[in-house]
Amino acid sequence: MARRLSEDMVKGILGICAIFSIIIIFLIIIFLFREGLEAFSYTNVIDFVFGREWNPSKETFGAAAFIVSSLLVTVGAIVIAVPIGLLTAIFLAELSPQRVREIVKPAIELLAGIPSVIFGLFGLIVIVKYIRITLDQPTGESILAGSIILAIMILPTIISISEDSLRQVPRAYKEGSLALGATHWESIARIIVPSASSGIMASIILGVGRAIGETMAVVLVVGNVEKLPTSFFDSGEPLTSTILLEMGEAAVGSPHYYSIFALGILLFLIVMVLNIVSNVWLGRGLKRG
Amino acid sequence: MKQMVKMEVHDLNLWYGSFHALKDINMKVYKHKVTAFIGPSGCGKSTLIRCLNRMNDLIGNVHVEGRVLLDDKNIYDKDVDVVNLRKRVGMVFQKPNPFPMSIHDNITYGPKLHGKKRGLDELVEEKLKDAALWSEVKDILGQNAMDLSGGQQQRLCIARCLAVEPDVILFDEPCSALDPISTGKIEDLINELKRHYTIVIVTHNMQQAARISDYTGYFYLGELKEFNKTKKIFTNPDNPETERYITGKFG
Repeated sequence: MARRLSEDMVKGILGICAIFSIIIIFLIIIFLFREGLEAFSYTNVIDFVFGREWNPSKETFGAAAFIVSSLLVTVGAIVIAVPIGLLTAIFLAELSPQRVREIVKPAIELLAGIPSVIFGLFGLIVIVKYIRITLDQPTGESILAGSIILAIMILPTIISISEDSLRQVPRAYKEGSLALGATHWESIARIIVPSASSGIMASIILGVGRAIGETMAVVLVVGNVEKLPTSFFDSGEPLTSTILLEMGEAAVGSPHYYSIFALGILLFLIVMVLNIVSNVWLGRGLKRG
Repeated sequence: MKQMVKMEVHDLNLWYGSFHALKDINMKVYKHKVTAFIGPSGCGKSTLIRCLNRMNDLIGNVHVEGRVLLDDKNIYDKDVDVVNLRKRVGMVFQKPNPFPMSIHDNITYGPKLHGKKRGLDELVEEKLKDAALWSEVKDILGQNAMDLSGGQQQRLCIARCLAVEPDVILFDEPCSALDPISTGKIEDLINELKRHYTIVIVTHNMQQAARISDYTGYFYLGELKEFNKTKKIFTNPDNPETERYITGKFG
């Protein structure tokens, strides 16, 4: 009887722990939306998303410049990171000797463990300077600098997941291809990479999600000018930077305060959608398996 | 009548690391005949067949000594283009391994690699007919090959192999994953194919070797114990060990 009781208690405690994280997620969503949706009683959604002026003292809240900055920084990061990441993953999965792989893979995964603010500092003294001096720009603090830093930060995600899915491609496909007189590279390009494409896509989408949501590394290098950027050399201010920089000065309960939460909603929705898409994609790959 | 020799194995030895997997193998593969390798698991028959198109090259830690001649040319010579070798010596694997793409694209994969651009549709039809699969798939050529049954997949793999027009086709236990009806179809097909191709088949199934092969080699622990005409092996083997194996006394 006593054993039975302790068994039930253990079950109960473990169950509560498991539910705890789900409760937290729901609380976050509820509070984010409760505060954020208030903003739309001052500004309608269309003006908020497409408006080009963000001026808290005049109570005009148009987030277009932030959204465009976020998108540009992310697109740039993907353009840089995907080719490098995919080729690295192919090298690790198919070409590198076992010994090289055993050193490189953990090193890449270590990259993912570095605090993002450190990446920001590195970007500030190396990349920003490089863009300003070597590329001869008026300011180095730019969308481009943000893209480069984010590209470095999402490389581990792309490499790691892509490499895993490349290694999951059945050996039989590769052997079948080679037995037909394909070279190793032809087999990689025409059979192995296409067979792993769902995992590769998922890794890219996860990378996009991470890039859009990244705050500390980006805020240090993008310049933070509330103006619609028109080129990668312009300064910009992504959604995350605005939230970080303005939350301290906004009076609780003011339109400004609610509008910052509304930016949070935008960010949350974008990342949420990307995560769902990437999960669906990974799941599809596994089923076909 | 003297048989034409297509492939010839001379003093072949193979090691996986320190494990001596093939010991002093000598044998001939005759043109337009079916040569079967039989023997208990781990006897080296699959290892030998994979030497004939150098698929063992893919595994690290393998060391090969000796010669394997294809039309009197040693395929282990330094100047041999392995890619070209594998085009001439095709292979069908134990487990059907169609690529996860359409039936049509599975067939055209090899020819496209080797530069063929025209007449692909005709080629697909011809090879699927040769592999006795055309009537079953002619209306679903665009469908994913993974949706076919195991037996159909294996015939697709045979058609895919035929499409690069090899001289020799190696079958590595092609029926071990198939049901008896599919197995019968593949055996009939092999009988047809030997008119145009030289065939080597590894099989676990002694009756299969007896039914379809012209020559049989019996392997045990990395040695070729006996190699002779199939009729002779199954009726009056020289080696008493062979007799014990084929009569089912061990193995």
